[in-house]
Amino acid sequence: MSDKQPGPPSEMEQLKENSDYLRGSLEESFREPLTASIPEGDAKILKFHGSYMQDDRDLRLERKQQKLEPAYQFMTRVRAPGGVATPEQWLVMDDIANKYGNGTLKLTTRQAFQTHGVLKWHMKSQIQEINEVLMDTLAACGDVNRNVMAGANPYQSKVHREVYEWSKELSDYLSPRTNAYHELWLDEEKIVDTRTEEEIEPMYGKWYLPRKFKIGIAVPPSNDVDVYSQDLGFIAVVENDELQGFNVAVGGGMGMTHGNTDTYPQLARVIGFCKPEEIVDVAEKIITIQRDYGNRSDRKNARFKYTIDKRGLPWVEEELEKRLGYGLDKERDYHFDHNGDRYGWTEGDGEWHFTLFVQNGRIKDEENYPLMTGLREIARVHEGEFRLSPNQNLVIARVQAEKKEEIEALIQQYGLTDGKSHSALRRNSMACVAMPTCGLAMAESERYLPTLVDKLEDILDEAGLREEEIVIRMSGCPNGCSRPALAEIGFIGKAPGKYNMYLGGGFTGNRLNRLYKESIGEEEILETLRPLFFQYAKDREEGEHFGDFLIRSGHVKAVESGLDFHSEVNL
Amino acid sequence: MDDRQGGNAVQLEVMNSPFDEKQARLLNELLASMTETQKIWLSGYLASSPVLSTKAPEGETKEREETETKKRTITILYGSHTGNCEELAEQLSQTLKNRDFQVTVSSMDDFKTKNLKKTEDLLVLTSTHGDGDPPDNAMTFYEFLFSKRAPQLDGVRYSVLALGDSSYEFYCQTGKDIDLRLEELGAERIHDRVDCDLDFEEPADLWKEGVLKKLDEQSASSSDRKEQVTPDTAAGPVYSKANPFRAEILENINLNGRGSNKETRHIELDLEGSGLDYEPGDSLGILPENEASLTDELIEEMGWDKEMSVTITRDGEIRSLREALLSVYETTVLTKPLLEKVSDLTDNEELKALVADQEAVKSYIYGRDLLDVARDFGPWDVSAESFLQILRKLPARLYSIASSSAANPDEVHLTIGALRYEANGRSRNGVCSVQCAERAEPGSSLPVFVQKNRNFRLPEHGSSNVIMIGAGTGVAPYRAFLEEREEREDEGENWLFFGEQYFVTDFLYQTEWQRWKKDGLLSRMDVAFSRDTDKKVYVQDRLWEQREEVFRWLEEGAYLYVCGDESRMAKDVEQTLQAIVETVGNVSTEEATDYIKGLRTQKRYQRDVY
Repeated sequence: MSDKQPGPPSEMEQLKENSDYLRGSLEESFREPLTASIPEGDAKILKFHGSYMQDDRDLRLERKQQKLEPAYQFMTRVRAPGGVATPEQWLVMDDIANKYGNGTLKLTTRQAFQTHGVLKWHMKSQIQEINEVLMDTLAACGDVNRNVMAGANPYQSKVHREVYEWSKELSDYLSPRTNAYHELWLDEEKIVDTRTEEEIEPMYGKWYLPRKFKIGIAVPPSNDVDVYSQDLGFIAVVENDELQGFNVAVGGGMGMTHGNTDTYPQLARVIGFCKPEEIVDVAEKIITIQRDYGNRSDRKNARFKYTIDKRGLPWVEEELEKRLGYGLDKERDYHFDHNGDRYGWTEGDGEWHFTLFVQNGRIKDEENYPLMTGLREIARVHEGEFRLSPNQNLVIARVQAEKKEEIEALIQQYGLTDGKSHSALRRNSMACVAMPTCGLAMAESERYLPTLVDKLEDILDEAGLREEEIVIRMSGCPNGCSRPALAEIGFIGKAPGKYNMYLGGGFTGNRLNRLYKESIGEEEILETLRPLFFQYAKDREEGEHFGDFLIRSGHVKAVESGLDFHSEVNL
Repeated sequence: MDDRQGGNAVQLEVMNSPFDEKQARLLNELLASMTETQKIWLSGYLASSPVLSTKAPEGETKEREETETKKRTITILYGSHTGNCEELAEQLSQTLKNRDFQVTVSSMDDFKTKNLKKTEDLLVLTSTHGDGDPPDNAMTFYEFLFSKRAPQLDGVRYSVLALGDSSYEFYCQTGKDIDLRLEELGAERIHDRVDCDLDFEEPADLWKEGVLKKLDEQSASSSDRKEQVTPDTAAGPVYSKANPFRAEILENINLNGRGSNKETRHIELDLEGSGLDYEPGDSLGILPENEASLTDELIEEMGWDKEMSVTITRDGEIRSLREALLSVYETTVLTKPLLEKVSDLTDNEELKALVADQEAVKSYIYGRDLLDVARDFGPWDVSAESFLQILRKLPARLYSIASSSAANPDEVHLTIGALRYEANGRSRNGVCSVQCAERAEPGSSLPVFVQKNRNFRLPEHGSSNVIMIGAGTGVAPYRAFLEEREEREDEGENWLFFGEQYFVTDFLYQTEWQRWKKDGLLSRMDVAFSRDTDKKVYVQDRLWEQREEVFRWLEEGAYLYVCGDESRMAKDVEQTLQAIVETVGNVSTEEATDYIKGLRTQKRYQRDVY
């Protein structure tokens, strides 16, 4: 490994090596009764178990004065390959969120569930209850392959089913093999492990990956999974309703660091085509390339995109062929229409699906909108499945024709919305969690975007653009959980109330946006967008999207590759 | 004897001092030659001297029978929980000594019971605790007195002063018990027992005067010398309950996080210039004020003029009615005697009927105050002057001090739980605690005094280990203990048990304990948060879980402290303790009881419970 590395291994690499395959001193730390926190080193190892230690940042100062430690709590991410969950699983998540968490559930941008505000002493029960309905939190975070995404596509049920099965297979195969998770949370007996590294973690080894690794499968024409944002993306190729295989795209990623131009968001690039049955093999070999060549010295430069950009695509193709023992086929044709969701009832292959608009993926009861209760009632009678969409929405999927009326009645009863009463901008909006729980947030996101959209809607109404679909995304920090670099209008938090505004992303998630204004507040955001909206309303060509219009009209120069994301910024 | 020396002129003797004959002679000579200033200097020097041991060496407490004086020896015994009886006993002792009486004074439990039959004049001052129980430092004596081993006391003369709180059912019960028992044993009552309510000062004075008169009459050689008070001229004004110090509030924060059921205030007060001195374990008294809105409503309901002048003391001190009801008289607590007196002031048949019904009174007084009475039984035709006559004085509230003066010179810290509840259609507030929570901004001040509590003291030796058990605000004195031990660099180990409702919001002083745990000052800490889990867990459960260790610590000489609510915590802790000694020590119930008694006698089991 050493000859491929630019410097000595980072602290995190040491921590992983010393953790005894993700055990660390977690067991002891979770027993310590005088603090609701765990030590920093254990907190890092805990990520591999699907949980982040956080605290309520709104209360930090106040509690310090009260001689109380910060309000430590845990965010727990539950994997759901392809975002699919049974009604039973839904009910357990709902129960856990109310029993242990803060009474809300977050549907993430990667189709996972998140609970927030769970106390240290409830973590074990929580994970056990999750386990009882055959879900887990293992590898939902950490330097491993994360939750495998798959299009929530409600139109083509048969293909969806197949793609979903592949996402599950990938998820299972690429999971860590250590027994630590079972010992720590599921009370499995701890045995002295005399096996070798190869036997314990055959693919990952004791250092696991240099950084997180993300896989998503898109089913055209929907690019809801934002396949170009993935370290490894698969694009389903369907002919005559039959899944032929997948185009393979590598090296996408959103994260960057403010002020560090060596870091940047990047699009995945297609390097070929594989047959369905080759998908696991291809994924494994690509992951091992990243395992062996990824930067383990500087975590800010460790994602697969940097590994590739440093050596070039041909190198990856060659290395992959070497490891596979065969080459990929030539890329097949494909076409994306959009990356947002299509709401309301749709029929596909004889089953009905209802796509529900969920603002920023937050499931909770509000005074005039009992979303959580409504979904609970639906889950009690629903016989199909739920699908968490990559846009943080929810599909009540696979409703048989004879059950449709009953489900519809509950939708009506609780006033659940398909979003059609909202502007098209809001329906295409997405925000990460940020304040007050996320430790990385520099500015508000989920709590603020809806208010900003209110104000933008006023302008859109004036400009006659209420029904124009425009993708808007906000992240509280440049790690970009809501994939802001792919939005037509993107915001990345810099400081409380201050955002970098990026414009010109592609409507189908096919082009990165470019920094347009730096560190601006609400007033300037509105002042900047107002003339652009009016100009767009007046001068757009038929079917032309906002991002494309800004490029054509010269307001923004298109970003061709993440490598020039930071150049020619219009400031 | 030298008149010049006034109150200090008592002759030291083997009988009335811990000194032997030679020491007493030398001291008498020395004291006779000293000026007042020299004496003040010497007493200060001795009091602050680190070599001074508070305990007399074993076997030196002499209680000799032979007496060469013509006067009878007076034995003063007290049972004191908050220190009031102890203070009264000390004052009485001083007064008697000034009149040349031979006096010994001690807590009942420090008195050797075998000497009881040898006493001549016995004066007992005692408070009552909880459900009519004796205070901790009177328990052993009380048991002895009611046991078969109690001797006949023919020839012994006695009188009892009982302190209590008439809002409790068993008002002054311990005093009553002892009074009757002494009579039963053949002793002669020389002055009727006086029962004092919370505003005990005046009746206690009356008792003292009465007793003194009897003793003077009957004493063989009555001294005509008048009692003289030694003014403490060197130290400026002396602040006390009667003359409280107005301490500026430096800090007042809520220790409970958002969403808590509780509100616990941490208050830091400035004592600079007060000369007030305290030790860990002591309490601070606050003279509170009633709520203005309640007071105004009461005055209005009664149809009085709030500006009228009223007399508030026997000496004829004058206040406006409003001021008097705000800061002199208690208006928020009803007692049966009070209701009876109120009913004498009116023709209201309903009230008279109520007062006649024991059970009805009991249920009426709970959760009601004078304003309720005013509203429920009007109209009124009673003068403010005569109404005030029947009211109790607003009692001072005592709070265990939460700081060490060594660690916080010129400051004192308190931990006060705000008491609020709903009853009978109105929200009710604890007078002092809610004043501290809502009407005690930093910059304003509170009238305070220090109440010594010798029954809650750190071990004499820094090397002793301590186990501290406290729930809620009961943790306050342990903060003082740890600050003190940190300052003194005591080597003894410290183990704290703490309980409250919720970890997240109610872990009082959490970051401080965490720091002490990290630094090693706090060797162990066990916490019980009762509402965090389905199964309610309390401090006594944690104590039981750690029974092996707890017993080991006790066997190795550890001191054990309990502070907090008596009925909901201290009793359960004691039962657990009993079970631990029985189970781990493998002894019978009786032996375990004796073991705990032994701890108490050795002052290794101390409680500050309320």
